[in-house]
Amino acid sequence: MLDTKEALIPVVGVVTDIRIDTPDVKTFRVVTKDGKKAFEHKPGQCAMLSIPGVGEAMFSITSSPTNTEFMEFSIKKCGCVTEWLHSMEVGQQITIRGPYGKPFPVDTEFVGHDMLFIAGGIGLAPLRSVINYCRHYRDRYGKIDIVYGSRSMQDLVDYKEIIDEWSKDSGVNVHLTIDREQPEWNGHVGFVPNYVKELGFSTDKTAILCGPPIMIKFTLAGLQELGFDKTQVYTTMELRMKCGIGKCGRCNIGSKYVCKDGPVFRCDEIDELPDEY
Amino acid sequence: MRKILLKSIDSLFEKIAENETLYMPQDTKSGAKFEKWQMGAKLSDALNTVRSAKDFFFPQTENLMDFKVEGKNIEVIDTRSETEDFVVFGVRACDVKSFDILDRVFLSEPVDTYYKNRREHAVIMSVACTKPVETCFCQTFDIDAANPEGDIVCYKTDDMLYMDAKTEKGEKLLSTLNDITESADETAVNEQKKVIKERLSKLPLANLTADKFGSGKTSEFFDASEWGELSQVCLGCGTCTFVCPTCQCYDIKDFSTGHGVKRFRCWDSCMYSDFTKMSAGQPRLTQLERFRQRFMHKLVYYPTNNDGLFSCVGCGRCLSKCPIQMNIVKVMKKLGGKENA
Amino acid sequence: MQEINREILISKAVELMENGTANRVLGWGKGEFDYDITPAVFNDANALKDNFVWGDFCGANFSKYLIKETAKGEGKVLVFLKPCDSYSFNQLLCEHRFDREKVYAVGIPCGGMLDINKIKEKCDGILSIDEENGKISVNTLYDGKIELDRNEYLSERCINCKSKKCVAYDELIGENGDVLDSKRFDEVEKIEKMTPDERFAFWQNELSRCIRCNACRDVCPACTCEKCVFDNPNSGVENKAASNEFEEKMFHIIRAFHVAGRCTDCGECSRVCPQHIPLHLLNRKFIKDINSFYGDYQAGETDCGRAPIVDYTTEDIEPNEAVERGDGNA
Repeated sequence: MLDTKEALIPVVGVVTDIRIDTPDVKTFRVVTKDGKKAFEHKPGQCAMLSIPGVGEAMFSITSSPTNTEFMEFSIKKCGCVTEWLHSMEVGQQITIRGPYGKPFPVDTEFVGHDMLFIAGGIGLAPLRSVINYCRHYRDRYGKIDIVYGSRSMQDLVDYKEIIDEWSKDSGVNVHLTIDREQPEWNGHVGFVPNYVKELGFSTDKTAILCGPPIMIKFTLAGLQELGFDKTQVYTTMELRMKCGIGKCGRCNIGSKYVCKDGPVFRCDEIDELPDEY
Repeated sequence: MRKILLKSIDSLFEKIAENETLYMPQDTKSGAKFEKWQMGAKLSDALNTVRSAKDFFFPQTENLMDFKVEGKNIEVIDTRSETEDFVVFGVRACDVKSFDILDRVFLSEPVDTYYKNRREHAVIMSVACTKPVETCFCQTFDIDAANPEGDIVCYKTDDMLYMDAKTEKGEKLLSTLNDITESADETAVNEQKKVIKERLSKLPLANLTADKFGSGKTSEFFDASEWGELSQVCLGCGTCTFVCPTCQCYDIKDFSTGHGVKRFRCWDSCMYSDFTKMSAGQPRLTQLERFRQRFMHKLVYYPTNNDGLFSCVGCGRCLSKCPIQMNIVKVMKKLGGKENA
Repeated sequence: MQEINREILISKAVELMENGTANRVLGWGKGEFDYDITPAVFNDANALKDNFVWGDFCGANFSKYLIKETAKGEGKVLVFLKPCDSYSFNQLLCEHRFDREKVYAVGIPCGGMLDINKIKEKCDGILSIDEENGKISVNTLYDGKIELDRNEYLSERCINCKSKKCVAYDELIGENGDVLDSKRFDEVEKIEKMTPDERFAFWQNELSRCIRCNACRDVCPACTCEKCVFDNPNSGVENKAASNEFEEKMFHIIRAFHVAGRCTDCGECSRVCPQHIPLHLLNRKFIKDINSFYGDYQAGETDCGRAPIVDYTTEDIEPNEAVERGDGNA
């Protein structure tokens, strides 16, 4: 008998809100045609969004699972699918399928720990889901530190939410930095890896990194200098994906498929993979 | 066990085709190919088909779904339909084993329903290899060409075709052929198996071993210096991939028809330069990396994820078809050290 | 049969490496069997002695490899050129695709290459293939030794060999041959004589077998674009499989147009096609038309100059005249 459910067939989603975050990042709010969340997910998981005729691409779900009404995707313009998404208006329908990938262990390993989130540029998008999840279940976790940097003040994704909400929470410390001096900027200036070292965190935290590969590399090295072990550091990866379910064969690093065995990896797990990323 | 005279084999095909669509190897301008049986069709004498039997379950292109797009609105149209039962005659032991390898990809959760739909509706009539050739090395992967898997296993002797049903599906089909087949004992088949085993032992690649490869060997082979020499003349075409019974990488593409959009899936190859290309970069920039991916996948990654099972069945198609005659045997011998030389 | 043997080529290569003329050799490497020969780069005399082969299955045309090989490192690469390879070599030089100074070319005579597919049709389980005095002797697993007439098992392109003359070399082994009066356009003429419907059906049948493996393109010495339009997602024609039969034909027809006037008719496209599609016939049609419109022209005959279809003269045939005169252009 033909199964009713086919993983590759998406559902239709409606874009109900578009927020301009930075000059090249927009955040899209998506619900199903009947106004509900398309599916439940866990922090760190992804979804395939598509515009029929243009193509399908994988995006991390930026909103927290604790948001019961809708999902959000913060998307940087950098290819043909994302360009199309950026040209959309509210009310546009797209397709959505998921959730895909292994989430962050928010309900297991992370519980009871102090959390250190480190993001660069659009790398905040996948972490926003975890950060808001941790804020929602505030008593499950210890202190929360967020180090976030971008090229300029205008390139800081979710700036409003960071200032208006995150930094006002008790037990949450936000450390922002931008690459170069700007007249209207009073905060820290410098690259994320250096800032992390300057801030010098105690090594009893669980760290989560997301950003460009070069930032991850240097930040991880910095954390190790501070005394962090790779088993305490998590990151999330991105490779070209088509199916999202470990079958189409292109997002592997060694024997692991990023879409199915990732995108979340603990840094010691990455060491076991061949150097192909 | 049933038997029929080989000279009456056409009546067997005719009988099967009365109830179900039957495919069997026939000679075409491209060499032997699985084609639909029609009155007058002749079974090819070739040992194996140029393209593998994976096409039955994982065709080169297939429509996945349609979309209707109107203004801002999208409608997803599920175009799947239940496959009709069909019979494939003449699948060799190597190709039957490839179904197991593909199953582990497509039937693992979440199940690929396109594949499953066709797989469930197929009855496989495998045929033992009376005359394996020099490019055969199924033994390397513990596949026995004298004892293929399949719903019905067939053996050809000088004048007879013997048929042994191995599954419920096979028994059901074989019972519909009782009018034209006779009951047989196993003597002739056992004799035939002995002959085949003897022949297999004399093949030039009979001693090729994959023992050095397998689960967990990534770090041992990934940085091997031999990849450079092995891949230096690779053209980066997809011939090996497309004739391979176990290669299953695919691409998903949209195609605008003017009235709507078709989303289709097609075979893809890790040998192609754009396979892993994304807007943010390209992790496998050189042919060396792409070449390595293909062989590491077959010899190391797949076994790592599938209880040590290799993703090669030794059918020898890549040995025959690679434009520059580079293939998995040469790779295994080069990387596998002395015992394979 | 081949006039020269492996030993002659190895000693020539060793000599040229020892006297510093070249520091590596692009040649044919030994396979598992007598017929599965892989192009290889040999860096020293021992490598040559162990693995270099020359014989009836050395069909691979190395010219295209020179683009990548000459871009590597210092010193000259020694390449052996069969007559038909030398045309591709020249054509690539015409198009400035590699640095001539980085190559030392040795022209060698060729007695035609065998088509293993034809032999496999006659022989099951090939253990070895030997050749003597125009006979090939195939040792098989099941039928012992099978003797075959060599001429009947030549590749199509060798049966219709256009030239035994090496047109590019730094030195020659043996005497240079002549341009031959080949019958290579006979098949094209047959197709031209078909009615449009028959011709359409002919190509429909041939091209519908294409599996889009790209082997023809990737092996073609005329296909040297750094980024092929069929690999470019932004081109709108990039498809790994045709979404309909029309597209399948388009791939080959566009490719034939793109290499028109540049194709030397080396025949590699048809040799490598896993589906046995006679792709060379498309190219030969162009060559035949160019000959009849502009006078005989052989791409790669020289290493410079402009081909007639990219060179405007006032004598050029008018498009409408070309359509009328074109044999079976309808």
